[in-house]
Amino acid sequence: MTRTRGLVQTHPALNQTFTLDPSHTPWKDRLETLLQTGVRAGADLVEVFLERTDHLGVLAEQERITSVSPSFGMGAGIRVFMGHRDGFVSTNDLSESGLAQALDQALAMLELEHNALQHERGFEGLSQLRDFGANKDTWLAQSPELSEITQRLLEGTARLDQIGQHLEVRRGSFSRDWQEVLVAASDGTYARDIRLHQSSGLSVLAADGEHRASIARRFGSSDRPDDLREWDVDAAANEVCSSAATMLHADYVDGGQMPVVLANRFGGVIFHEACGHLLETTQVERGTTPFADQVGKTIANPAVTAIDEGLSTGAFGSLSMDDEGMESQRTVLIEQGVLKGFLSDRAGELRTGHARTGSGRRQNHGFAAASRMRNTYIAAGPHSTDDLIQSVDRGLYCKSMGGGSVGPTGQFNFSVEEGYIIENGQLGRPVKGATLIGEAKEVMPRISMCANDLDLAAGYCGSVSGSIFVTVGQPHIKVDSITVGGR
Amino acid sequence: MTHTPLNVEELRDQLHALATRDGIRQWDLGASRGMNASVQVDRGEAKQMKAAQRSSITVRVWNEQGLIGVTSTSDLSPGGLDKALKGAYQASSFGNAEDIPGFSPLATAAIPELDRPLKPSQSIQTLLSTLKDVEGELLAKHPAIETVPYNGLSEGNSERIYLNSEGALRHMQRTQASLYLYARAEESGRKPRSGGAVRVALGSADLDLGGCIQEAAERTISHLNYQPIDTGRYLVCFTPEAFLDLLGAFSSMMNARSILDGVSLSSKESLGQQLAVPFFNLHDNGLHPAHVGAAAFDGEGTPTKRLCLIGNGTLENLLHSEATARQFGVHPTGHAGLGAKVSVGPDWFEVSSSSGVSSAANHLDHRNASEPFVLIESLNALHAGVKASQGAFSLPFDGWLVKDGERISVEAATIAGDIRDVLKGIVHLEPNEVVTHQGVSPHVWVDGLAITGEA
Repeated sequence: MTRTRGLVQTHPALNQTFTLDPSHTPWKDRLETLLQTGVRAGADLVEVFLERTDHLGVLAEQERITSVSPSFGMGAGIRVFMGHRDGFVSTNDLSESGLAQALDQALAMLELEHNALQHERGFEGLSQLRDFGANKDTWLAQSPELSEITQRLLEGTARLDQIGQHLEVRRGSFSRDWQEVLVAASDGTYARDIRLHQSSGLSVLAADGEHRASIARRFGSSDRPDDLREWDVDAAANEVCSSAATMLHADYVDGGQMPVVLANRFGGVIFHEACGHLLETTQVERGTTPFADQVGKTIANPAVTAIDEGLSTGAFGSLSMDDEGMESQRTVLIEQGVLKGFLSDRAGELRTGHARTGSGRRQNHGFAAASRMRNTYIAAGPHSTDDLIQSVDRGLYCKSMGGGSVGPTGQFNFSVEEGYIIENGQLGRPVKGATLIGEAKEVMPRISMCANDLDLAAGYCGSVSGSIFVTVGQPHIKVDSITVGGR
Repeated sequence: MTHTPLNVEELRDQLHALATRDGIRQWDLGASRGMNASVQVDRGEAKQMKAAQRSSITVRVWNEQGLIGVTSTSDLSPGGLDKALKGAYQASSFGNAEDIPGFSPLATAAIPELDRPLKPSQSIQTLLSTLKDVEGELLAKHPAIETVPYNGLSEGNSERIYLNSEGALRHMQRTQASLYLYARAEESGRKPRSGGAVRVALGSADLDLGGCIQEAAERTISHLNYQPIDTGRYLVCFTPEAFLDLLGAFSSMMNARSILDGVSLSSKESLGQQLAVPFFNLHDNGLHPAHVGAAAFDGEGTPTKRLCLIGNGTLENLLHSEATARQFGVHPTGHAGLGAKVSVGPDWFEVSSSSGVSSAANHLDHRNASEPFVLIESLNALHAGVKASQGAFSLPFDGWLVKDGERISVEAATIAGDIRDVLKGIVHLEPNEVVTHQGVSPHVWVDGLAITGEA
């Protein structure tokens, strides 16, 4: 990068009010010039991602608001493809010279020079704008004001105080992420969207002598400005306090191999970690998935049908379009145990041959898009939850899950926040401290029963293209055997 | 990649003018700017090359009631500064009257001199060529190593400033490079295994490429011959990296902010109490010569220093910001961030043995111990398996069961325990303190930890 000016001189073009709305600024002309330059320098494809963000985080502790953290930003990510390679440059400098320099740098990574202009082929101009954000311009203004947010959070911490026992810490938190994006590529792609994600949560630390329990619940949605207003604070507080009361005096689980029943909603983290990541083409490219050549083959128990979609209304991982400008869609990953396909982005399609699925996602302009999950869930089955629990002689019921991860060999793990021993088909005493580990190839055939109570839960997923909003989900499921780490 | 320093005086003057216009008398600002380039390869071919230019500022203002508000932005134009200042002023209406951060009393004190010369960067094509060679050497180390799915070589430069309306003005620049290699190996009929290594340096030309290749190869190969482990309690030896990870996950025990928030295992009364075995020392030393990312001041402008946290097993000091230090009646320690509610965090841990205090287990040596033990190479999923406010952990790990000097890689197992029991149950610290990319520690021995395996 060759910028040589000082901090306050770097953005002369941005002294005006900044907007990505193409009807107000000459973005199309600027973008077409950039794309034309890249293509004529010899790039197979050039893509520009522009964004504007407005974030607000608020924290309430006990009876006070202790942190209000607004932030706003803007930036661009420019990606150039040639063959199977790509170069990616991100910048906060959206002036004409800033973007031109970023493009130059991306071209240079592929040993292309923009002023060589060796190629007359190529770029036929941007298509007509697909404006997925056309009816969303009012969303930010419709979102709750700061005074309303603080009031709701204080309602939450007050409610926790009313119904909780042994609570030493009560917290309420709120996060609002507003993002406007404009995507242009030399294949003609020209699309704009506005995204609104909000999440609110309650957490407590309960303590009684040496016994401690920390419990947190977070609720999130997309595209719903009224989400916080409609949040059922009482129900959330009841759930948190009930779980804390149960887990405060729970014993640590005895580890070992055993059958487990995983609850619906956030129980879906098992599929997300155990299998979902392994069905992203980024894993195919790396050679780190055991399923790379298994399309059409049985990789899971026939009880399992798994779907990833961007369409679930209001769900945290929903998208109108992905971060490469492709409209979202429903993708069946596994149907009755048979692998049907992978989640693919532009680079994934290029490098693995799997067609794009509207799954190119990134945290922000600082990351190149990669194939990532959206709303990922195991479909409902024919059983009742009682059927699943009654089928276990001795095992573990996982009511609430913590986070998880998957490693380079496909070994996954996730923690259990609230668990119960199952004995003779009945729920028994609560236990804490369990971590479940396994490998996808082994555990997927062991998901033998699915109940009829599919539900979704909001979460965040961190991977190669940053931390993104996702949904996990499932009905109650039974895994015949898995390693439960404990003490 | 070239980089001209920030024009700090101009930035200060501009903010002063904006604040004066808006009637804001007290403000401070933290800013950072950086440039970074990185490459990845896949079996001899370039995969992805990246570069980034990043900038951000955080502005805090105090309103007429003395309440504080904050706003962050990546828009460093005059318009962006103005918007951030106004946003912070609006947010100040919701400031917490019970806990108002102030300027650090040390924000204008002398800062330590760091010997971290700025290193010239290499072209991205040079980085690419280097990484291709490195990957090739690693692949050639063993026929079972077929890919290095996670690899990256990066370098960049950055600068940070802190300034406030009372005249504090801090500015620093640094360069940093890193290399990581995580290889994947697979033998016929057996599960894939992996291992990795990381190196950091001031510049990419200074990276220990050979050491990184060798360590990644040895770790990967040593996991090929794996076996399940019986569930039970074991004598455990943590490698320096693993122990530093575990300690870092529970650093809230020594964090004054966490104590005041009620989410720490410690309390105000914990100072002076025995937290670990008498032969255990812990310092936080952001100035350690091996700390490539060292900074001379923290987010509030407080100078960085070496601080004894645990001496002879006793909790002696805590990590402080200005606000927490004021509540404890001490000086801030150089571990603060910048915000409406200032975060506090550790910098660079140094674990060492107390002089003159023996563990009475000097025979334990991970290279030739006679009794069986589990050598923990790395802990995984710390974000999920650690309950910092409860003291509990249950974590998957990579490591070996060592019997009669033979290392057998452990397959699919977890280790669980309580950090308080670990610190008080340390049976030995080996004399050799190892400098890692994240701190300094010897191998640490703990007896009776629970391990769950598939067998």
